[in-house]
Parts: sequence; structure tokens; C-alpha cells
Amino acid sequence: MTIRTEPVTVNIGPQHPSTHGVFRLRVTFDGEVVVQVEPVFGYLHRGTEKLAEERNYVQVVTLTDRLDYVSSMTNNQAYCLAVEKLLEVEPPPRGKYLRTITAELQRIASHLVGVGFFLQELGTFGGTPLMYCFRSRERILDLFEMLCGARITVSYMRPGGVFADAPADFWPALATFLNAFPGELAELEQLILENEILMVRTRGVSPLPLDLAINCSVSGPVLRASGLAWDWRKVDPYDAYDKVEFQVPVGSNGDNYDRFWVRMQEVRQSLSIVRQCIAQIEPGPVRLPDLPLVLRAAPGKEAYGRIEAPRGELGFYLVSDGGVSPYRCKIRSPSLINLTVTEHLLVGWKLADMIVTLGSVDINMGEVDR
Amino acid sequence: MALKSLGGEEVARRLEAALPGVVERWESSVIWVNPGQIREACLFLRDDPHLDFQFLSSLCAVDWVEHFEVVYHLTSLRKQQSAVVKARVYGRQSPSLPSVYQVWRGADFQEREAWDLMGVRFEGHPNMKRIMLWEGFEGHPLRKDFLQPGANLPHG
Repeated sequence: MTIRTEPVTVNIGPQHPSTHGVFRLRVTFDGEVVVQVEPVFGYLHRGTEKLAEERNYVQVVTLTDRLDYVSSMTNNQAYCLAVEKLLEVEPPPRGKYLRTITAELQRIASHLVGVGFFLQELGTFGGTPLMYCFRSRERILDLFEMLCGARITVSYMRPGGVFADAPADFWPALATFLNAFPGELAELEQLILENEILMVRTRGVSPLPLDLAINCSVSGPVLRASGLAWDWRKVDPYDAYDKVEFQVPVGSNGDNYDRFWVRMQEVRQSLSIVRQCIAQIEPGPVRLPDLPLVLRAAPGKEAYGRIEAPRGELGFYLVSDGGVSPYRCKIRSPSLINLTVTEHLLVGWKLADMIVTLGSVDINMGEVDR
Repeated sequence: MALKSLGGEEVARRLEAALPGVVERWESSVIWVNPGQIREACLFLRDDPHLDFQFLSSLCAVDWVEHFEVVYHLTSLRKQQSAVVKARVYGRQSPSLPSVYQVWRGADFQEREAWDLMGVRFEGHPNMKRIMLWEGFEGHPLRKDFLQPGANLPHG
């Protein structure tokens, strides 16, 4: 006797703990297996691009904090680089180093959140790895608080540098963190690497072929996990990245394990970049002194500034009409574009894998919806 | 390693040789392409071994009031070079041009976004519907003539 079955369509989200914010997936299941997926966005759409057209160039910095709120520093950085490209100015060296240090600390914090929730979504560790990750991330946020008074919505960077030099007690605090963190990372790795459950649940699950990843404009750790060493910090160095040495970790299969592994390796590289910056940084101004309070670019000028954000290529395309605000401010958000491959990654896999795969892509809805 | 920004002239000459009449004009770093042939042009830009733009970094529309400009930021991962291609679309009622979804799947959400927020339609896109706003929303908020009641007026 055969059992009559029929596909069932389920809404996952928008209010669901594993979708990293208000994200909805309309999924059709055949039993436990996903047969069709449609991502639905817009629940966190605030019209950032329109809001940017109503604010002057410096005021827009505060809007960028609220895009990918897990890595505000790198959002600031991408926007400031775009404005600097538009105005054809460059920050002083100390400003560049401070931006590189904070951006790399932010990458560590962001990857810890990504990895922590990814492990949480495997559902097998009772929250311990997540708490390990958050313990270290907390220290980084404390460092940010010393720099600018805020932990998440930092607005630390400005076109032409950063808004204030680091206070004197920031450097010993940073040194304390850099001494303690490798041990904390080793504890986390001891807990999870080579863990049987982690291996079985993530090895070979939802692989992403490289040619598809490229055709779908996928960037960041997800692209590198598929086997291409493409990192904007290397290809088109900005701020102080041309002064530091680091490696670009790549995966081979583009499966969930590789995406997780690439992030874990990148944390170590970031740590090394921060150390090199501390060794190289010299006293001096942190922001261009002669920039006017209200910036203006020549009419018809445009610039596309991009960085390697923790989630991929974050780009700001600014067009000027000569006014005090951007005429057009397009935000190329890696989280949104990485979701182009959702269907390929999820169809054919089981419900439980779906949640883990979404965790391995590591999206942030503030950036997807803008 | 450093990214090379390809000059408009170089891209325009190669494109013009393969598809005569497709380039409308070019500047130091930008080329303007006839919007009706954008898909053929993009296909050539992607597959030509010297240009090799396999990666669409960004796609967006800009409202210049008398026309819309669709801007494509392209990257070649192998040759480490970038280029900017633009297409001008006229008319505010129903501006449209062919979709490049078949060339780069990465255009999927960005074309939908340009339709949703700017009101430029991409013909041939398999799922041309709103992405951020809901179906039934009136107007396209990123257009310059869209003013919501009670919206902030520009400062300064």
C-alpha cells in the first residue's frame, strides 16, 4: 500500500529565531525535504537610500551604522571611503590605521556572532559555543565604547579619517584583549573542531559550486568557501591594508563546514592584522583638518567605494549634483546578494539542514532590507 | 595585485567592434550603451576573454528626472579589472529595458529593487515584482518626484 502524500507550504518567519532578524522564507516541503523556496524581504526596510538623499554627507554616517548592525564599523568605513573617493581626498596615516584596527576588530566580532549562531543552529551544544563567542565579542564592544561611547551604533569614522583619536587607556585595554583572545579562541576550537556532530551535520551539506557563486555575485566568506581567494583587501587595498601581511583562507567544497571554517580562519588573520597595525601606527592627526563641516562634491561626479566587509563586498555608489547631500546613494549589500543562491542551497535538503545552511551564509537583515 | 579600472575607450572599442552601433558614447571611465541591446552587450562583456566581466558587482538606477540611468558596476575576477556601463532610459510612465538576469543571476534582486524603488522595468526577468515594499504600494519612493506627506524637506 502506498501512502498518499502532498507537498505542504510553510512560512518560516518573519518572526522566527533562526532567520537572523525579520526574514521570511516561503518553503514547500515534501515530507521533510525542501522542494521549493521563496525568500521574502522588506520587513526591516527603512528607506536608507532615500534618507541619505535628505542628509548631508557627514550625517549619512549615522545611517550606515544601522545597515549591518553586527558590523557597524565596516559600514562606516565603506561609506567614508566612497565619500573620500568622491571628494578625492585621503585620510592621514593614523586615521587609516585606526580605521583598519577597528574594522578588523569588527570583523572578529561579526564572525564570532556568525559562527556562534551557526553552532547554535546545529542545536547540539546547548548554547555553550554561542556564549563562548559572545564572551569575546563583548570585550571588543567594550573597546569600541572606549573609542566612541557606543557599542553597536558607533559612527566612529568620518569622511577624512575618524572623529577622535583613541584615548590613552584604549591601548592597554586592546593589548589585554589581544593577549586573552587567542586562548579563548583555542577553547572554542577545542570544543567544536573535529566534533563528530558538527562534521556529520555540515560536511558536504549544501555545497555551492564556484561558477554558480560567481554568476550569482556571491561575495565574502561564502565565495571564498567555494574555492576562490577573492578578497577586496588584497585586490584593491584601502586604508592601511597595503601595509600589512595576511592570508586569504579558502575552502574547497563550498559546503556548510567550509563556510564555517573560512570564518574561523579569518578571525586569526584579523588578529594578526590588528597586531601589525599596532606595531606600525605613529602619532599624528586622525582626520583631515581642512575638510569643511558641510561637504560638497562637483556636480555630476560619482564614486563607487567598496570594501571587504565581514559578509562580503559592501559598496556605496554615490552620485553628486553639487549639493550638500548625495543625489543618489546606492548600497550594494552583500547579505542581500548572497541570498540569490538561497534556492540552490536549500532545495533537496531537509528542514533541519535548511536552518543550518542559512546560518552558514550569515545574513543580516538590517543590510538586506536597508 | 591591484584592481585596474578599465578606460571607457578600451571597453567601447572592443564592444563596438563586436556589436556595431551598441555604444552611444563613452567617457574616461564610463560607457553608455543602447538600452535596447543591453543584454547582448553584457553577454559580450562577460564572455569576451579580454574583458571577462563574469562578476556583476552592483546594478542600480539613478533618476535624472528627464531620464533614468541604469548603472552596472562590473568586475573581472581573473583579470582583476573593473568597468562601469550605463544605459539611459527615457519616459516616466513605463521606462523599461531588457533584463540581464540571463547573463548574471546576481542581477535578480537588484533588478527587482530597481523596479520596486525606482520604477524601471526589466523585460525578461522571470519574477519582476516588488521586493522591499508590498504589492499594491503606490509609486516608487526613490524617484525624485516622490514626496511622502510629512516627509522631511532637505536640510540646508
